[in-house]
Amino acid sequence: MNELAPPRQILDQDWRRVLQFGGLCALALVFIALIGMPVQLDTRILIRRHLSLGYLSLIWIPIIMGYLVSKELVLEGIISAKKGPRDLLTGALTGMIGGAGLSLLAVLINNYNLRDPLLNWSPQTLEQLNFGNGIGFGIGIWLLIGAALGIFGSALHVLPALTAKAVGTALLAVILVSILETAITDLLQGFRLTFVTDSLYAKRGGLSVVSTIVLIVFVMLVTVLAAGQGEALREKYDALDEPKRKSTNLTLSFTGVIILLLLPLFLGKIMNELLANVGLFVLLALGLNIVVGLAGILDLGYVAFFAVGGYTTAVLTSPNSPWISPELHFGIVILIVIVAAAIVGLAVGAPVIRMRGDYLAIVTLGFGEIIRLLFLSDWLAPYFGGAQGITNIPPVDLGFAEVKGSDPRSVFYLVIFFCAVAIYVSWRLQGSRLGRAWMAIREDEKVAEAMGINTVNAKLMAFVVGAILASFSGAVFAAKVGSIFPSSFLILVSIIILVVVIVGGMGNITGVIVGAVVLIGVLGGPKQPGLLQELGTFKLLIYGALLIFMMLKRPEGLVPNARRSHELHQEEFLQDAWLKGIVDDDDEEEVTA
Amino acid sequence: MTDPTAPTPEADQSPDKGTALLEFRKVNTHYGAVHILKDVDLAIYPGELVCLLGGNASGKSTTLKTLLGMVTPTSGDVVLDGEIVNDKPISYRVERGITMVPENRRLFKRLSVLENLQLGAYLRSDKDGIAADMQHIFELFPRVEERLGQKAGTLSGGEQQMVAIGRALMSRPRVLLMDEPSMGLAPALVQVNFELIQQIHEDGMAIFMVEQNANMALSIADRGWVIQTGRVVLDDTADVLLVHPELRASYLGGHDER
Ligand SMILES: Nc1ncnc2c1ncn2[C@@H]1O[C@H](COP(=O)(O)OP(=O)(O)OP(=O)(O)O)[C@@H](O)[C@H]1O
Ligand SMILES: [Mg+2]
Repeated sequence: MNELAPPRQILDQDWRRVLQFGGLCALALVFIALIGMPVQLDTRILIRRHLSLGYLSLIWIPIIMGYLVSKELVLEGIISAKKGPRDLLTGALTGMIGGAGLSLLAVLINNYNLRDPLLNWSPQTLEQLNFGNGIGFGIGIWLLIGAALGIFGSALHVLPALTAKAVGTALLAVILVSILETAITDLLQGFRLTFVTDSLYAKRGGLSVVSTIVLIVFVMLVTVLAAGQGEALREKYDALDEPKRKSTNLTLSFTGVIILLLLPLFLGKIMNELLANVGLFVLLALGLNIVVGLAGILDLGYVAFFAVGGYTTAVLTSPNSPWISPELHFGIVILIVIVAAAIVGLAVGAPVIRMRGDYLAIVTLGFGEIIRLLFLSDWLAPYFGGAQGITNIPPVDLGFAEVKGSDPRSVFYLVIFFCAVAIYVSWRLQGSRLGRAWMAIREDEKVAEAMGINTVNAKLMAFVVGAILASFSGAVFAAKVGSIFPSSFLILVSIIILVVVIVGGMGNITGVIVGAVVLIGVLGGPKQPGLLQELGTFKLLIYGALLIFMMLKRPEGLVPNARRSHELHQEEFLQDAWLKGIVDDDDEEEVTA
Repeated sequence: MTDPTAPTPEADQSPDKGTALLEFRKVNTHYGAVHILKDVDLAIYPGELVCLLGGNASGKSTTLKTLLGMVTPTSGDVVLDGEIVNDKPISYRVERGITMVPENRRLFKRLSVLENLQLGAYLRSDKDGIAADMQHIFELFPRVEERLGQKAGTLSGGEQQMVAIGRALMSRPRVLLMDEPSMGLAPALVQVNFELIQQIHEDGMAIFMVEQNANMALSIADRGWVIQTGRVVLDDTADVLLVHPELRASYLGGHDER
């Protein structure tokens, strides 16, 4: 279809791109302004007196657009000219068009009232856009800011590679260090290094200007000095022979585990709470990863098993349980939880497992809700307490310690234990015969069947294993919170876990863990706050945007496992290779042979 | 009434090689209300290479699927080693030596070549035997061993064919069901492919092959059937079929250089 187009004038090409990216930039900026992000996130200060999360929500867009617009364009037959000042101009124009979008918005807000449908068509937004300096200032400043940011973005291509890398890294560092303020403060406090935090952050939050500059200089220096070190290390590692590589891996993972285990000791309550929540979601994500990532079953009602774990624990341990209250010990409860999860897994799985992917997804979505509604119903209220839920779930008594919600550190350690179990199980299953059967089913169910795989049984097994891992998370959750209500098991939980799995990388254990840590840790869970607590309702928007972005641009997830990334990008890769004329003509050789 | 498509008398003289390995006795299949196979009788004996010819949508793939158990006959029997296996699952038949190379190869594209081969041996637990068979496949196709870690979907067409056959052989079958093995292969590869099939056959494997490439298929086969809208209309030795006037007219004539 895409025949070799006659080479267009490069300049013409650039104009088109400028308009296209500039337009996109303006749209994105206006959208963000109108959903109220700049105003609502303004309270979170990143750099004292200079940058708030609210403004950051705007300014990253022209930078990215400036970067993208001047990115080397490889069209069929056209490769854009050498990087140079013209790229800066492209970037500047793109950013300026974007900025013009905001200027226009400011003018419109100033002159018309659309507050009725558009909640954020407000004086506050206008004020924010004008930097409190009147409309004329607002109009001009956004043209300037847009252009400057666009230039900055495109400059990353034009600058010498090392400089660009240093600048980029420094920028990222500033954003990270300011966003992670709570975590860093807490951690440094644990190490009695409060003087570092005191000099890094201003009293009322945010980096101080001086420390921002110091940080930038420091990071740039480190980047430049450490340039090439990374590759050198990598090469060294690659040069190792198999046993040595293995022992290196072992040492590295061992160190990692030790650090992870010691970390909570240096963290305060809030951070430990956050870690515990992240752990609960890692557990859930690992379980769903088996179902979706390995077996390819799109289960949208996964929260049901989380609920089963929680309610089973509640009924069996709480003295307030309305039905039976045997007040068993958590150790025994966990065994019963496994059985309960397996039974519910089979009960939900058996009727749906024969369905094709899309139907199955819809039906599991329904089942997830049904289970929550059952727990909520008056009908089952004598057993599960209905809307009142079950309260007074006791702490987990480990003999030497108690795991309870008021001591999130203990919860974290309990979660880590279950995560370790989940990682081990996932890892062993992946390489097992059953794991292979799952992957075969994911790839081509009919052929898997022809290999003699009992696909129904194998898929049910995936469902059950996933259910059990989720129920562990539910059990710990119940003990942590101390009470349990149907409203803890909204459909949103299923969706968030699925996003975590997809963004992390389906079928990839490390990826899924990283996904959970990053997403839940920074953005937060359905009800659990993350580091960017201020995001509030925007959290879901970001989840959605991230999901779309990843599906389009990086289907292999955050941490690509080399193989899957290769296969997912195979087509692009082949096209590129063809363009560059490096495809070896394997087939033809064979033909002539 | 003389039905020109009635089986020729030679049909009754099928070579007597003991009990058939795999047999259809008056098999009928339906997809919903659509009647596909109509009173089909077939028999495959150990070690022979037979082919099933027929036009599009005549029910060739359905025949193979019914043999393997992916489709259940509505009447009639599928017989394996003298035992009626109508109700037995695919795994039962695979364990007893039936295996299929599906149409278009259908490898597990995103799994490695090694994993594809391992999946072929899914029902086996004899580790040593599996290793030995894998070695055998490497001898047969050295190319496969070179590509062991590669994603199957990234292999060239010829390589995929090797892996598809290798995967089927990994179950240590006694009869190989092949659905249009030369479909989608470059013309020069088709020849190579048939030689390969012949070689596997000479090692003692019974092969039941569905082909549109009638000339080529018959030139290596022992016997053949022709199926038309679900009915077997010709059943004879390959030599006879090759020169059969009606067959020449309908399938072999203009199709020599497909
Ligand atoms: N799963 C199915 N459901 C309904 N109809 C089917 C199904 N599979 C095949 N058919 C129909 O059954 C008939 C025979 O199909 P079959 O695949 O056996 O043909 P074939 O001889 O292999 O044809 P070809 O040479 O084109 O592969 C066709 O009309 C097809 O449309
Ligand atoms: Mg067919």
